Amino acid sequence: METANNLLEVRSLKKYFPIKKGVFSRTVGYVKAVDGVDITIREGETMGLVGESGCGKSTTGRTILRLIEPTDGEVIFKGKNVFKLNKHQMRHLRREMQIIFQDPYASLNPRMTVGDIIGEPLEIHRLAFGKKREERVLELLEVVGLRPQHIRRYPHEFSGGQRQRIGIARALAVNPKLIICDEPVSALDVSIQAQVINLMEELQEQFGLTYLFIAHDLSVVKHISDRVAVMYLGKVVELADKKELYDSPQHPYTQALLSAIPIPDPELKREKILLKGDVPSPINPPRGCRFHTRCRECKDICREEVPEFKDIGNGHYVACHMR
Amino acid sequence: METRPDLQKETTVTKTKNKKREGRSLWMDGWIRLKKNKLAMFGLYLVIIIVLAALFAPFITKYDPYTQLIWTEGRAAQLSPPSAKHWFGTDVYGRDIFTRVIYGARISLQIGIASVLISVLIGVPLGAIAGYYGGLVDDVISWLINVIFAFPFLLFVLAIVAYLPPSLIIMYVAIGVVNWASIARVVRGQVLSVKEKEYVEAANALGSSDFRVIFKHILPNVLAPVIVQATLRVGNVIMLEAALSFLGFGVQPPEPSWGYMINQGRQFLLAGKWWWSVFPGIAIMMLVLGFNLLGDGLRDALDPRLKQ
Repeated sequence: METANNLLEVRSLKKYFPIKKGVFSRTVGYVKAVDGVDITIREGETMGLVGESGCGKSTTGRTILRLIEPTDGEVIFKGKNVFKLNKHQMRHLRREMQIIFQDPYASLNPRMTVGDIIGEPLEIHRLAFGKKREERVLELLEVVGLRPQHIRRYPHEFSGGQRQRIGIARALAVNPKLIICDEPVSALDVSIQAQVINLMEELQEQFGLTYLFIAHDLSVVKHISDRVAVMYLGKVVELADKKELYDSPQHPYTQALLSAIPIPDPELKREKILLKGDVPSPINPPRGCRFHTRCRECKDICREEVPEFKDIGNGHYVACHMR
Repeated sequence: METRPDLQKETTVTKTKNKKREGRSLWMDGWIRLKKNKLAMFGLYLVIIIVLAALFAPFITKYDPYTQLIWTEGRAAQLSPPSAKHWFGTDVYGRDIFTRVIYGARISLQIGIASVLISVLIGVPLGAIAGYYGGLVDDVISWLINVIFAFPFLLFVLAIVAYLPPSLIIMYVAIGVVNWASIARVVRGQVLSVKEKEYVEAANALGSSDFRVIFKHILPNVLAPVIVQATLRVGNVIMLEAALSFLGFGVQPPEPSWGYMINQGRQFLLAGKWWWSVFPGIAIMMLVLGFNLLGDGLRDALDPRLKQ
């Protein structure tokens, strides 16, 4: 991948969670939540990250921010290896990388006023205090479409969409470069989803933000992303420009996923690819290609060798022996 | 969630009332709910009345709790039944029992509140550290908690109090030192659940220090059950003090302790001179009942799970 204007490079990122059992908490195995993820995000773009529940999307996002310590791999942000930074440097870096959470009911401290929630990052990074802090908070409230009088209220006095706006304002407070959006609209009503998505697009333009947009809703991702990465069982199986990926998906898993998007036209018929069986356990993932147990095109080589994640032209990456 | 009719109704009502209203914190919400709970308010009033009586004791009664009226009023003042002059009667030394009950409230409240404060001061930090950091620290603290729980409470305090010379300070500390375990256990459990909340993760993502995360994000959300537990504990401790004093290991005479008064009056109960024991007994009951009703009410008012 070209390195010209890459803001974030994730290289063979791994996160294994130990499974402990017995009196002495012996480690009896690992949940391989993220098992070798490579993603590069260019400055100013929105990278969509999709996959079904439990495939490791959120863990990837959190590990990039070191909210969860990685098992292995590298994350290069603006040329710096994030995993090599000490506590102090890491704190400094958090000004540039922020996160928006899925559940707006859980991500705001119920005992703090909106002003304190949004103002907290300003205090932590010593950006503004007192009167200045309040001015900045009011400015941020306006940016995300909330009213100034909301500043003294508490999170439980707001609706889900409004709370998500508060979460966005908190992330914006430190003027970050990159925002990891961990399913930011999945918990909202469809009508509110559109509002929040539009707000996020406006903000991206206004502040030159880069997004890593994690979601399981393919149509939302199609709307907001420039490029899309598809994850399956802890690995990225396909990554391409949005148009390319949605028009000519290469990996059998992506094909199956896309065929599941409902078309709002009863006349139109499309072949649905039904996947057999369940997602295998990440504790003991299949040898070779992780998808081979459910793949229509599975050959002998798929059971033995892990497919390489290779460019098949135009920056369209796919991990499949058949391509 | 966007169009919950009950929520909408509430916001429109408050909006018309006051457009620029201040936000209502969860604490405020809790207080409003507590005010609606009649039993809890009854408990609160009981506690307030007894606290006021203890504070203003010299203004409520003209007698002194230590003065033996037999020297001035003769035999008539000895074990006289309740009357207009001595509302709760007098004891065998001719001391006014009403006065001694009121002054006794000072001792019961002091011990109740001081030793629970001590146990909160020990229990909250230890519980928070155990819950937040986990690992070996957690193992050690949890082990300590279990050891203290394994001891019979009364015997343990008895042992401490019997070994050291009896004094009020030692009582506070002895009870507090034993009592912290239940507070710590509550805090530890709460911290374990609160630290997994997304707002704690958000605080970490913003680069908060551990100190800030614990004190601004975790503890305020753990406080409600601690307040409930502490209130209920005050009632418990008052009972414990009474029991210790009854056994003679607590407050030493001539200090007016309810427990010791019951003990002294006990021998006259069968002779029909019931007032020496019964009035301090009622006082204990009222105060403990007050704290327990208040604690129960607080639990209902502050528990967010009952909110929705």
